[in-house]
Amino acid sequence: MARRVSTGRTLVMTLLAWGVGFVIFFPILWMGLASFKTELEAFATPPSFLFFDWTTENYAAVQGRSDYVHHAVNSVVIAGGSVLIALLIAIPAAWSMAFAPSRHTRDILLWMLSTKMMPPVGVLVPIYLIYRNFGLLDSRIGLVLVLCLGNLPIVVWMLFTYFKEIPKDVLEAARMDGATVGKELVYVLTPMAVPGIASTVLLNVILAWNEAFWTLNLSTSEAAPLTVFIASYSSPEGLFWAKLSAASTLAIAPILVLGWFSQRQLVRGLTFGAVK
Amino acid sequence: MTEGMRGLGRLLLTPAVALLFLWMIIPLGMTVYFSTLRYNLLNPGMEGFVGLDNFRYFLTDPAFLASLRNTLVLVGAVLLITTVAGTLVALLLDEVIVGRSIVRLMVIAPFFVMPTVSALVWKNLLMHPVSGLFAFIGSSLGLTPIDWFAEAPLLAIILIVAWQWLPFATLILLTALQSLDEEQKEAAEMDGARALSTFFYITLPHLARPITVVILIETIFLLTVFAEIFVTTGGGPGLQTTNIAFLIYAQALIQYDVGAASAGGLVAVVLANIVAFFLVRLVGRNLEA
Repeated sequence: MARRVSTGRTLVMTLLAWGVGFVIFFPILWMGLASFKTELEAFATPPSFLFFDWTTENYAAVQGRSDYVHHAVNSVVIAGGSVLIALLIAIPAAWSMAFAPSRHTRDILLWMLSTKMMPPVGVLVPIYLIYRNFGLLDSRIGLVLVLCLGNLPIVVWMLFTYFKEIPKDVLEAARMDGATVGKELVYVLTPMAVPGIASTVLLNVILAWNEAFWTLNLSTSEAAPLTVFIASYSSPEGLFWAKLSAASTLAIAPILVLGWFSQRQLVRGLTFGAVK
Repeated sequence: MTEGMRGLGRLLLTPAVALLFLWMIIPLGMTVYFSTLRYNLLNPGMEGFVGLDNFRYFLTDPAFLASLRNTLVLVGAVLLITTVAGTLVALLLDEVIVGRSIVRLMVIAPFFVMPTVSALVWKNLLMHPVSGLFAFIGSSLGLTPIDWFAEAPLLAIILIVAWQWLPFATLILLTALQSLDEEQKEAAEMDGARALSTFFYITLPHLARPITVVILIETIFLLTVFAEIFVTTGGGPGLQTTNIAFLIYAQALIQYDVGAASAGGLVAVVLANIVAFFLVRLVGRNLEA
């Protein structure tokens, strides 16, 4: 940072940036505040910003109205399960393309990318019918499967870009010392790849947690994750804003924290390495 | 490289390739097949081959033209808002500011909010015509509050979706800005270039590529916006917020018309592929470097 900047400019820019940041963040803040109001206060005009009777009754009500924990567990199982399985399939594939590339590697990578471009709605009908016939509608396994395949291209791509940065000399040295490919994978490559794998998991858990096309279309109650649970507030009964806010705050809080840790990987994962 | 390595490489690659291939080809093949059938789940046993009738029906349906128009307006407006505002916010965050990392956290937060949450929170807490915050701010300024989802439903959806995607554009453009050579900018400043000309002759050309990437990737996701419409308007009033994705959903899972929905699905695939073609080429070029 060699740029010389006047104090005045820094002051103006700082105020401006904080203002813009606040406006962009405001809907989330407002939702968080509403979750601690009573239903009447949440609906009142003029609205109260900070000086209201803070209450946590909405959080209890959300669990009581419809089993919140059940849906949260579904979200964890579906997001975690789909990413874990995708990882098991993708690590060998990414290893192969990074360390034993062939003439077709580039084409295969681009082809995988293009499968991600297929709009889900283009295959909604067959997937729905297949799921109906195999009894996979509203089942966790069904959702794990569809989200796993949906995110597989991103997982492979991200791992590939991380693996490619591992210096090949290290692997060759290990091979000279007589390590087999298996040993090399476990003892040399994996420890060096842990940060990359962790970033991949982070970003893809976020994507799977927030996925709202397949979850809305393929699950209703038993297997419904939080996206579907929140959608049930779209046909409200009575005053519901405070409860909606409490349920929403709970649904996004864990992922917001994870997301803040994954800022850098976000760019890499979502642009397929086209922006660094 | 040894022959053994190559064989092993192929072996390890196979599961991923095979699964993705099946995931692509089976449903897509079924969609193509269904699109040539008269097939309604409400009239089982009446299936029959009808050639291209479903396409004729889907493409000449007034709902298709309306939803195509809505899709284009939605995608275009969100792209315009997010790239312009995203560039401005990224430039701002690239300045020397106190507490930049906290501001950054606030700016990217909306991206991590699940679509059903952002849609319902905006619709109720912010855009409600009587008790929403916008109505309160509007009437405090002496304006007549508007009923967003009755008077300007598509605009309401556009605002919600733009809010969700602004962080994505900002973050990518900021990453690109930070890789811009400081010395280059300083040299321009020393040569007496004014801030505006530095922006147009140095910064903007540097951002051309990342902006293209943002536009292509956002387009692919924006073409199939679904949850936001599903939980707020259900495509209405009338067809005012029905986009192609929602139309196909309605045809498939509300009217149970498998044939027409499949034809529509293929139309969506073709639309997405036009965009994908350019994106894949762009990424592929980068892969060789």
